[in-house]
Amino acid sequence: MEKTKNNRAWFLVLPVVISVSFSAIIPLMTVVNYSVQDIFGPGQRVWVGKEWYVDAVRDADLHAALLRNLLFSFEALLIEIPLGVFLALRMPAKGKWASLALVLIALPLLIPWNVVGTIWQIFGRADIGLGGYFLNSTLGIPYNYTLNARDAWYTILVMDIWHWTPLVALLAYAGLRAIPDAYYWAARIDAASNWAIFRFIQLPKLRGVLLIAVLLRFMDSFMIYTEPFVVTGGGPGNATTFLSIFLSKLAVGQFDLGPAAAFSLIYFLLIQVFSYIFFTTIRNIGRGDTA
Amino acid sequence: MAEIHLANVGHSYEKKPASLDDYAVRPMEMVWEDGGAYALLGPSGCGKTTLLNIISGLLTPTQGRVLFDGQDVTHLPPEKRNIAQVFQFPVLYDTMTVFDNLAFPLRNRGVDESQVRRRVHEIAELLDLTRDLKRRASGLSADAKQKISLGRGLVRSDVAAILFDEPLTVIDPHMKWLLRSKLKEIHQQFKLTLIYVTHDQTEALTFADQVVVMHEGAVVQIGTPQELFEKPRHTFVGYFIGSPGMNLIPVRLEGDALVTDSTPIPVDPAAIQRLSGREKLTVGIRPEFLGYSPAPQPNGVPARIQRVENLGTFKIAVAQVGEQTVKAKIPEKQPISPGDGWLIFPPEQTLLYQNDEMV
Repeated sequence: MEKTKNNRAWFLVLPVVISVSFSAIIPLMTVVNYSVQDIFGPGQRVWVGKEWYVDAVRDADLHAALLRNLLFSFEALLIEIPLGVFLALRMPAKGKWASLALVLIALPLLIPWNVVGTIWQIFGRADIGLGGYFLNSTLGIPYNYTLNARDAWYTILVMDIWHWTPLVALLAYAGLRAIPDAYYWAARIDAASNWAIFRFIQLPKLRGVLLIAVLLRFMDSFMIYTEPFVVTGGGPGNATTFLSIFLSKLAVGQFDLGPAAAFSLIYFLLIQVFSYIFFTTIRNIGRGDTA
Repeated sequence: MAEIHLANVGHSYEKKPASLDDYAVRPMEMVWEDGGAYALLGPSGCGKTTLLNIISGLLTPTQGRVLFDGQDVTHLPPEKRNIAQVFQFPVLYDTMTVFDNLAFPLRNRGVDESQVRRRVHEIAELLDLTRDLKRRASGLSADAKQKISLGRGLVRSDVAAILFDEPLTVIDPHMKWLLRSKLKEIHQQFKLTLIYVTHDQTEALTFADQVVVMHEGAVVQIGTPQELFEKPRHTFVGYFIGSPGMNLIPVRLEGDALVTDSTPIPVDPAAIQRLSGREKLTVGIRPEFLGYSPAPQPNGVPARIQRVENLGTFKIAVAQVGEQTVKAKIPEKQPISPGDGWLIFPPEQTLLYQNDEMV
């Protein structure tokens, strides 16, 4: 069949092009604009080319922040994914307890991020915080997230786990409910152990939702900003200066818009690349003809 | 292998069943003999699957006891009952190979590996899966997946019975026929007890030695396909089995004769003698046994032929007897045309039902 050629059809895409331009492309281009120039004020600018990019790639503080953030995301994923799956397995499947468990588990997700930060900031204080006081005075473990780098790190990590494991649990719970009963019946007839049921039925069937969970949790934890900013402000020293915090110090604190813009673009690419790697790897796990 | 005895077994999904209507399976007494090939036939929702799950142990019945060779297994879970069950939709362990899928029920029971290999290869050969043994199970067609499910049911040589819950629903018709013959072959070879749930009468009648017909949670008749066809003990069996089903004509007793809308129907007088009351009387006759004649005949009933459908090897005549519509299967060669005529009711095959039970 002869295809009709009518280029006016392109006008139909125009609304999308316009709205995406305003929401994404134009702001992004201003960032690109900043990243290749040194701008002092209106009408005063110097073309610097790739200089900011070279600076960003060579910046030792930035390398430290990147490694720190990778380690943080890795630890968060390592704990949140298994813990979320475990919680989902333990939650009642139906009845009034199921609704109650769902509401309770979803509570941390309903709290605004800066409020989460505030809650943990107060919770961890040795003088008036329940957690800090309990650790210091009752258990006798010296704990101070404002002075001790390790304490600060674990505070942020535990806070992230508290805040986001529920998301993984809810996703896994939904995935588990979608497994037809016949699978469990067949497993009982086949005398499968609970571990075998998990390993050969539940886990393979959860692959899709876990892929989404890993992606979401990676992207969010790699961009984490509000909570550590409220609790530690990136300190003590640089102990909890993650990439976003580093970036905002650069852009807003020091007003180094050029390097900040160059780094933003690198950051953006990094997230894309990591997400793509996660996506393709997990999707391909358990595929192929032979095991 | 074992004889399975359901002693007064009944099941209700309600917490406190108030009446018999609350039961998905009404209390019943039933024996499945060792080595029999049974079909459990009935419409959707009649309790067949519930009954099957009670036998396999996926469900504990509300009342009664389940005995395997006289041993009470009512409260034993399926894995302790030594029973195999195949479900309506293929259940596969996606991440395993076909071989590991088939080996799974054996390995879980600690069968030694050489024995496992032998059995898996035997079953794979039987089901024509040998070429796929090394493949991952998830990539296969629906047919092959269901064959693997069947294989997992067949792979244990020592089971008390193998239960099939409409296993061929998702299989295409040609394959269906092949697999059914395969099952029959396996049955003849190994003399396993097979219970096969289906709502498809052809499937039931071709597969089983004994067909158990269920209706509203109760077993209404157990018999060979021939018995079900010739002497349905319940009007439901008459109408559910056969295509078209049995003609069921409501009648009244007037003196010594049975009458529908003032048209007398000839019925064996001995049967009328056995009647215990006059309520809910029905005459049942299969379309296959009805004869046609354009002129009056002994045992003939005046009828108005409304239309004739020619189905190639036979004709179906749709006729009006009194106010009732009756279907008759007429040989292809016999001439018949719409208009007034006579339907012949052979007394041997004209059955009388009271409250839906055969008299």
